[in-house]
Amino acid sequence: MVTGKGGTGKTSVAAALALGLATGGRRTLLVEVEGRQGIAQLFDTDPLPYEERHLADAPGGGEVRALAVDAEEALLEYLDMFYKLGAAGRALRKLGAIDFATTIAPGLRDVLLTGKVKEATTRTSGSRRTYDAVVLDAPPTGRIARFLNVTAETARLAKVGPIKTQSEGVSALLRSPMTAVHVVTLLEEMPVQETLDAVAELAQLGFPAGRVIVNGVRPPVPAGRAVTAAELKRGLAAAGLPTDARTVSGLAEEARDQRVRRELEDSLRGDLVELGLPLTELPLLPDGVDRAGLGTLAETLVRAD
Amino acid sequence: MDQILADPGVRIVVCCGAGGVGKTTTAAALALRAAERHGRRTVVLTIDPARRLAQSLGLTELDNTPRQVKGIDVEESGGELHAMMLDMKRTFDDVVLQHTDPAKAAEIFANPFYQAMSSTFAGTQEYMAMEKLGQLHARGEWDLIVVDTPPSRSALDFLDAPARLSRFLDGRMLRLLLAPARSGGRSMFSLVTASFGMFSKVVQKVIGAQLLTDLSGFVAALDSMFGGFRQRAEQTYRILQARETAFLLVAAPEPDAVREAAYFAGRLRAERMPLAGLVLNRVHRPAAPELSAERSLAAARRLAAEGGHEGTVEVLRAHATLAQQAVREQRVAARFTEAFPAVPTVSVTAQPADVHDVDGLRTIGEAIGRR
Repeated sequence: MVTGKGGTGKTSVAAALALGLATGGRRTLLVEVEGRQGIAQLFDTDPLPYEERHLADAPGGGEVRALAVDAEEALLEYLDMFYKLGAAGRALRKLGAIDFATTIAPGLRDVLLTGKVKEATTRTSGSRRTYDAVVLDAPPTGRIARFLNVTAETARLAKVGPIKTQSEGVSALLRSPMTAVHVVTLLEEMPVQETLDAVAELAQLGFPAGRVIVNGVRPPVPAGRAVTAAELKRGLAAAGLPTDARTVSGLAEEARDQRVRRELEDSLRGDLVELGLPLTELPLLPDGVDRAGLGTLAETLVRAD
Repeated sequence: MDQILADPGVRIVVCCGAGGVGKTTTAAALALRAAERHGRRTVVLTIDPARRLAQSLGLTELDNTPRQVKGIDVEESGGELHAMMLDMKRTFDDVVLQHTDPAKAAEIFANPFYQAMSSTFAGTQEYMAMEKLGQLHARGEWDLIVVDTPPSRSALDFLDAPARLSRFLDGRMLRLLLAPARSGGRSMFSLVTASFGMFSKVVQKVIGAQLLTDLSGFVAALDSMFGGFRQRAEQTYRILQARETAFLLVAAPEPDAVREAAYFAGRLRAERMPLAGLVLNRVHRPAAPELSAERSLAAARRLAAEGGHEGTVEVLRAHATLAQQAVREQRVAARFTEAFPAVPTVSVTAQPADVHDVDGLRTIGEAIGRR
């Protein structure tokens, strides 16, 4: 499970993780559940259907497949599997029943989505599992606890019956050592605060914490003492650069801002370290995340493991 | 932006954009400026402010009513700033209370389906933000309402949620479930068509009888509020199309945020909603712009090879990184400005630290307003 505040790059990190885990001849499934088509955008492909299909090759002969789970399709599939619906299923859809059911009971929607993830995770082909790992680009930190806590949400509505059984099965998997919930953040105040909140909430609900992944980390600035204007002027002169007041004061201002920024980042990093979880830092990719960049992130993630 | 904030004909400013681009901060900064600089009686409706920003606006409790922000500089202008945080569930409860009698409302509140929907229905937050905006507007006591939009997976959700809710309320399924209740029939599935017969069997099997009872109770309750819901959503939608509203897109100079802003701008144009401008937050600008990245890097390399001047080498390297970033950001931003050349764009320079006090908001308001 990969979660994080909006804007932290959790989709890119989830994709990089799926690539990394597929390295060396393994097979992984990258799943999205929010209908955003973020994976298709990232890989510059057509919108993903509700169907597992090849997304990318991983180094060493591995494969990443992708799936966009749609709650309606998942409900139909589920009903068909257990109740042999056939034509009735299509009739239900025409009536708007499926949309109705997943709208009026959001917990039901979530249990269908996580249920599909469970099915893919535990599916076997022959004697081995179909996927070595399933990576979910999960809902953001603000919604993740409710999303994973499927039993509590559905228990409000269904006290007995197959929905309850289904959500209990999903819940057992999500709370088992087979699951890890990774939280992606930036070294900025709001995302770090949401990370701290989410980690605490998930721990309280008994979900296994994975890593804290700090995305978009700029190269460290040496922590030497601040350079004085006079030193800077001498240095610029030695380098054959202009030493007019505007340039000197401009550069000094930039250096000052950078120190402020670094102090803030150090303090935020300290807050994250205190969580006591493994921490992985991913470098900022200046030109945005392209395929080569994903490869770099994948390598960093695998090396950290 | 100052022109817009000062214009008495503009009564609503809506800030929209992808998550994590500084929407809330922008909304708060604009509202503060409207009050301090333009003397307007302003209220800012925030959705999910950072804790420290909320505190700086005096929003310590989430009580769903505007609170006046004290300690701001309005002596000269005579303006006022009020701020509130949206309480989604409470707003929903208020809507229910307004449309039904207390006994029936209590029954609705106790229904597990209502509890699920009012707190987690995808779109409830957006719908309730619109509802609250409609309420604030209807009271007519504000010169200017500045709205922050929910951190949706897509900025478009804010516009789509009310329509989705009314589509849901108008849905065939809901009407089918309601038919017996309306005709006074005993069984909720007395209206039996071939497919519906099958459906009712499946539903009973899958979700059980208790759930059906809860569901029919909820649906019947919703029915009594039908018209009210839809009418209000439509009313607010019309206000958003009027000249008294100005939409402001907020983005950061990153590919995803700019793409989102472009989608939204296209959509506003299609809906004939007035787009006033784009606020580009967290833009990096070198303070020594004359010195190019290449020249700075080359000089740093030379100095480092010669030895000495370590401090200057660091400063030059950092400057080169900053200058390169500025160029990249300009390229990303150009994707928007080329597609929407008529939309005015304002850049706000990245602050070294996060903004969470009134002084910080004032600085940002200044940067947005003056340009």
